[in-house]
Amino acid sequence: MQIDIDHVAKLARLGLSEEEKKVFGEQLGKVLDHANELQKLNTDNVSPTSHAIPMKNVLREDKVVVCQNTEDILANGPETEDNMFKVPRIVE
Amino acid sequence: MKYETIIGLEIHAQLATESKMFCGCSTKFGAEPNSNICPVCTGQPGTLPVVNKKAFELAIKTAIALNCKIEPQSIFARKNYFYPDLPKDYQVSQYELPLATGGYINVEVDGEVKKIGITRVHLEEDAGKLVHQGAAQIMGADSSLVDYNRTGTPLMEIVSEPDIRSPKEAAAYMQTMANLLQYIAVSDAKLEEGSLRCDANISLRPIGQKEFGTKSELKNMNSFKAVEKALIYEVKRHNEVVSEGGKIVQDTRFYDEKTDTTKGMRTKEFAHDYRYFPEPDLVPVEPSQEWVEEIRQSLGELPANRKARFIKDFGLTTDDAGLLVSNKAVADFFEEALKLLNNPKAIANWINGELTAYLNEHNLTITQANISPAKLVELIQAIDQGTISGKIAKTVLVKVLETGKSVKEVVAESGLTQMSDEGELVKIIRDVIKNNPKQLEQYKGGKTTVLAFFVGQTMKATKGRANPGMVNKLLKQELG
Ligand SMILES: [Zn+2]
Repeated sequence: MQIDIDHVAKLARLGLSEEEKKVFGEQLGKVLDHANELQKLNTDNVSPTSHAIPMKNVLREDKVVVCQNTEDILANGPETEDNMFKVPRIVE
Repeated sequence: MKYETIIGLEIHAQLATESKMFCGCSTKFGAEPNSNICPVCTGQPGTLPVVNKKAFELAIKTAIALNCKIEPQSIFARKNYFYPDLPKDYQVSQYELPLATGGYINVEVDGEVKKIGITRVHLEEDAGKLVHQGAAQIMGADSSLVDYNRTGTPLMEIVSEPDIRSPKEAAAYMQTMANLLQYIAVSDAKLEEGSLRCDANISLRPIGQKEFGTKSELKNMNSFKAVEKALIYEVKRHNEVVSEGGKIVQDTRFYDEKTDTTKGMRTKEFAHDYRYFPEPDLVPVEPSQEWVEEIRQSLGELPANRKARFIKDFGLTTDDAGLLVSNKAVADFFEEALKLLNNPKAIANWINGELTAYLNEHNLTITQANISPAKLVELIQAIDQGTISGKIAKTVLVKVLETGKSVKEVVAESGLTQMSDEGELVKIIRDVIKNNPKQLEQYKGGKTTVLAFFVGQTMKATKGRANPGMVNKLLKQELG
């Protein structure tokens, strides 16, 4: 199946070379082919699956836990100023 | 052709929790930038979110108050898009299976009650805050600084049906909703402070037609007035475009309070393809019937019912009852006072009048202020017993609020007791008459309206401590 690889790459903010576009386009096309195969099954009596593991109601109490290494998190950003992450111009 | 206005509102309310939606970071406002962040809310690889039980509970509470159906299973989803205030590059929200659906709220507009449908109530997480550099806003900024303190704060989205037919109804809906959220203590719900936000979808359609027209989505309305004004502007704009034979282009528009206009953002930039899919890191929540019932019990009487009861049982006016129930603590205060003194009208008047004025002026809540139901009752009783006049009582109330002393203490210390000694009052009245011979002559000449002048002078001489009824009686007697 053909896939609009340019659109998918744009949504994922990925810059792909022509070669990569060809390789990934083919691979993703095969994934879609497989999904199309599954579409043929009759699922009228099957409710949509959101999770494969049968677990529910995992909740935590509303308690504040202070994180001790916020500086390490800031250090992950390429540039910071006044304890904030600095990002380039957002809209042109 | 005649058109009708179709409005639907999307509200986002910050939930009153201590910690964030999926991690233990504090939700406290005004902290140092990026001090309330952790690996989970900044989307570090390998971290796992866990749902805040209280946030879920508050949303269920709201859904019950809005007569919604609590869904037996609700699922979180990822809404994918790139923006610097969103560190994970997706927002966790609810999409196909929200927490609650199909409710309504009754809104009073021009004395009439209108039922507005609620499509859904769901939970999601807030984004971070951007500080733009090189310009006051995003347009024209060279760069931006990002503070992730707010990232992951629990938000509740409430979506209305397109049942709203005028900007005025929209403002009334917002006000009623804000009051309700505050009353049931699920959110601060302040538009001005951003703990409540509102997006509006508006379109026009020819009367009688079933299909909706093309809509505009309005953002950036930071007060109830702004909600109304932005919509008034937009109705006018749609009307103009349509009447000139033009076509409305679907877009997202920002309201500018200064110019009182809306401006469109280029549609292309907001053409999103969110690719929602179930959040694999969060398992479904299936609230048990017992849990929902427990929350329902904790909800107690809702403001609309309480208001109706105040009108029916205590003979209050719609306005008085409405003011009292606009705040739960105030309504509780009223009922506590009523237990001590069966005079609903007087208690409501004092609360809605002098007391509220003082609280607003000093930016205090009724529970923070130096006042209790017992103290207010003491004040009203002092008037009823003739110890102080109604006018003096206002001064006494302010002193009580300022000092925290009892009514009795304030009255005793400042000599504000009403004069009940006739003999003393007669002496003062005789002096007043003696000092105003001209007015006395006018009175004797038949101009009885001068009596008001003498009453005024006497009240002044007694610094308001005389009983006006007694002054009237004695004056007539002395003037002959
Ligand atoms: Zn966190």
